[in-house]
Amino acid sequence: MNDALKREFEALVGKENVMESESDRFSYAYDAAVLDPVLPGLVVRPESREVLGKVVKLANDNGLPLTVRGSGTNLSGGTIPKQGGLVVLTNALNKILEINEADLYAVVEPGVITAKFAAEVAARGLFYPPDPGSQAVSTLGGNVAENAGGLRGLKYGVTKDYVMGVDFFDVDGEIVKSGSRTVKCVTGLNLAGLMVGSEGTLGVFEKIILKLTPPPLAAKAMMAVFDDVNKASETVAAIIAAKIVPATLEFMDNFTIRTVEDFAHAGLPVDAQALLLIEVDGHPGQVADEAEKVEAICKKLGAQRIQVAKDAAERNKVWEARRAALSALARVSPTTVLEDATVPRSKIPAMMHALGDIATKYKLTIGTFGHAGDGNLHPTILTDRRNKEEWKRVEDAIDDIFDVALSLGGTLSGEHGIGLAKSKYMEKETNRATVLFSRRLKKALDPKGILNPGKIIGE
Amino acid sequence: MADMRELLKLLGELDDQLVSCMRCGMCQAVCPIYGQTGLESDVARGKIALLEGLAKELVKDPKGVQDKVTRCLLCGSCAANCPSGVKALDIFLKARVILTGYMGLSTVKQAIFRGMLVKPKLFNKLLGMASMFQGLFTTPVNDIIGSSCSRWLEPVLGERHLMLLAKTPLHKDVPSLDTPAGKSGLKVAFFPGCLADKIFPRVGHAVLKVLKHHGVGVFLPEGQACCGIPALSSGDRQSYEKLVRTNLEVFAKGQFDYLVTPCATCTSTMKKIWPMMSEGMSPTEQAAIRELSAKIMDVNAFVVDKLGLTPPAPAADAVAVTVHDPCHLKKSLGVSVQPRTVLAMNPHYKVTEMAASDACCGCGGSFTLSHADMSAKIGQQKRDNIKNSGAQVVAMGCPACMLQISDMLSRNGDRVSVKHPMEIYAEGL
Repeated sequence: MNDALKREFEALVGKENVMESESDRFSYAYDAAVLDPVLPGLVVRPESREVLGKVVKLANDNGLPLTVRGSGTNLSGGTIPKQGGLVVLTNALNKILEINEADLYAVVEPGVITAKFAAEVAARGLFYPPDPGSQAVSTLGGNVAENAGGLRGLKYGVTKDYVMGVDFFDVDGEIVKSGSRTVKCVTGLNLAGLMVGSEGTLGVFEKIILKLTPPPLAAKAMMAVFDDVNKASETVAAIIAAKIVPATLEFMDNFTIRTVEDFAHAGLPVDAQALLLIEVDGHPGQVADEAEKVEAICKKLGAQRIQVAKDAAERNKVWEARRAALSALARVSPTTVLEDATVPRSKIPAMMHALGDIATKYKLTIGTFGHAGDGNLHPTILTDRRNKEEWKRVEDAIDDIFDVALSLGGTLSGEHGIGLAKSKYMEKETNRATVLFSRRLKKALDPKGILNPGKIIGE
Repeated sequence: MADMRELLKLLGELDDQLVSCMRCGMCQAVCPIYGQTGLESDVARGKIALLEGLAKELVKDPKGVQDKVTRCLLCGSCAANCPSGVKALDIFLKARVILTGYMGLSTVKQAIFRGMLVKPKLFNKLLGMASMFQGLFTTPVNDIIGSSCSRWLEPVLGERHLMLLAKTPLHKDVPSLDTPAGKSGLKVAFFPGCLADKIFPRVGHAVLKVLKHHGVGVFLPEGQACCGIPALSSGDRQSYEKLVRTNLEVFAKGQFDYLVTPCATCTSTMKKIWPMMSEGMSPTEQAAIRELSAKIMDVNAFVVDKLGLTPPAPAADAVAVTVHDPCHLKKSLGVSVQPRTVLAMNPHYKVTEMAASDACCGCGGSFTLSHADMSAKIGQQKRDNIKNSGAQVVAMGCPACMLQISDMLSRNGDRVSVKHPMEIYAEGL
């Protein structure tokens, strides 16, 4: 990038918010995906939304590729920049602009940290349900751009279900308004819907309107132990068939159980083939009723043992075991590949079976846990990316996992995004026309192709 | 060294540790520096990525990487919160040694570490002289805290409010001790650490009083050296090893069940870092380190876990004391309950918790000198939490934190006194 352009960015955002040394730029060359780093040409951090718009315009005027970055926790390479391109940080745009308790919505800047927002909302007696695993550090802008999910997806939905509106900058730095502060709104095209999950390829978020809800009054958690994965999968289907939608319905396979137990000593049954961790919430009467029914279903379908949490401490213990799953697996080997291919929940037994076959075929260690209730499993491959021969088998196994998920009527990604990592598989799940339509849309909105090029639909 | 190939080779040896970082970014939630700056290169993930980049020749500027890697409090918050168990502190200390080996140690640091710190007698003498003259350059500002400020020293020390060198350091009052085990049946070696010797000898005296009260025998040898962490965190392995050796020698002369220190940083250095950084030392020295480090305990943990204290009920008019959890005590050694038990032993005090008691105070050893503004910003948050607790006293088991927190409270004109838990316990005896 030439010096004159650097000085122009400096004039916009201030010298202290421009990073150009090699070591500064290299710190923004990666995200949480297992992909090679790509060195950007410049990193800027606008301190106001107005300046953010000017940065977008200046980048477009100069045909400079631009990647917006929140906390860089993306698992599909969505925040890996273009070589020599511009990284725009949102972490100075971190104001909660409004929390409206009467109308149950909030307006936020894109750089607000998810967990801080959820805590602020909770302090007002309200509830923002989306809880992606990275919520302690992730930004709301990133959550919307990736349509992040979480443990509560089954009952409460994912980020897209809470986006009422997004105001965003087009490539000319003009603000485009979408959605509203009302429950109902049919004004114009559903541009907010277009922005959700667009991974920074169509516009740059200026502010976001999010839906809030009253929190559930009560909750009850339990752990069901199975000697057979199929029985656990059937239990999941039976709970839903009984018209009960738990807030969370999580699954852990034997390998994950053993690894968590080794690491956390939580007293998990290491000989169990599968665990279901279930929480129902709502009105106290409903919770008691549903918890009883869920317990009965688990028993009927062959759970060896059911442990119902008697108090908050026991409930916490149940969820600690689940929260420790990824950490425990990650400690086993140098590289952890966390996949999130998702299938209709009735296909979980078939998916589990296929994952076992794939692990055997490619001689890999795969631990599987995840959101059984919504079919979003996380097969986690434990490997060492420095071992080239093994890494090739990992890549082949990932291809197979996608093929199986698609053949079962599932999807490539439940919540981690397509980004760079999965863009080559897009056509497999959809078709040629879908990819071309998306590219034409992108071309019309971003003629110079500056907005996070290469993500989702390739280049 | 100044040889790029040697640098790459040494960084390559860190690879097994570097590769365990999966770049999840969860360290952003807890890093005190990232909390201030929001810059990726300030958080562990960024630093590890830079070291890996340098090792793989994707980054070609070792000086740039060194500047980033040393912008770190070494508080260990990242390691304590890391989902995949990356030993970030080990990595950063080793990287500092490697990078200093390549870039060279500054002449000022050479003079301080190699010319003075490694020679305990000379070090004591120089500071003894300084303590006689320091009054000429400083003015007392806060009688509750006992701090001073200095217009003369402003170019070096900034707006800092100082805790002056004690008129009589601990080693002058108590040059050495070797008393047998009393009613407790236990004998400890006592390592006061530089700060409890030279700036807060009152802490050293309090520890000795408590040990005596419980009938614990004490071995306090002459000629103790610094634990080595200031030299090591500047990457000066040569001085660090010399300091470790000196201490191994002086403590080899005694018989004791445990070695106690009132300094969280000394304890965690001797217990965890000495074994970790011992590969350059002889097998005999390594064995001595293993044997000694197994005996090392924080003094709060020792009196509570080994002597068994039963706190009385607090008096009706007890003074509110709030507790700061030093990083090197709670995050590194898992000691946080014991200092509170020690405080509860004095019925004239009652513990009132502050918000975020385990957030770093921002000292970070020489970090507070090299990055004074950031250190003060982090310290100011700690000060606000102390102030908001409403307590009249703040207690902590680390003299380095005591320095920083005294400075921050004094700058704000607060009348909150800063004490070690052992001082409060000793007051009631």
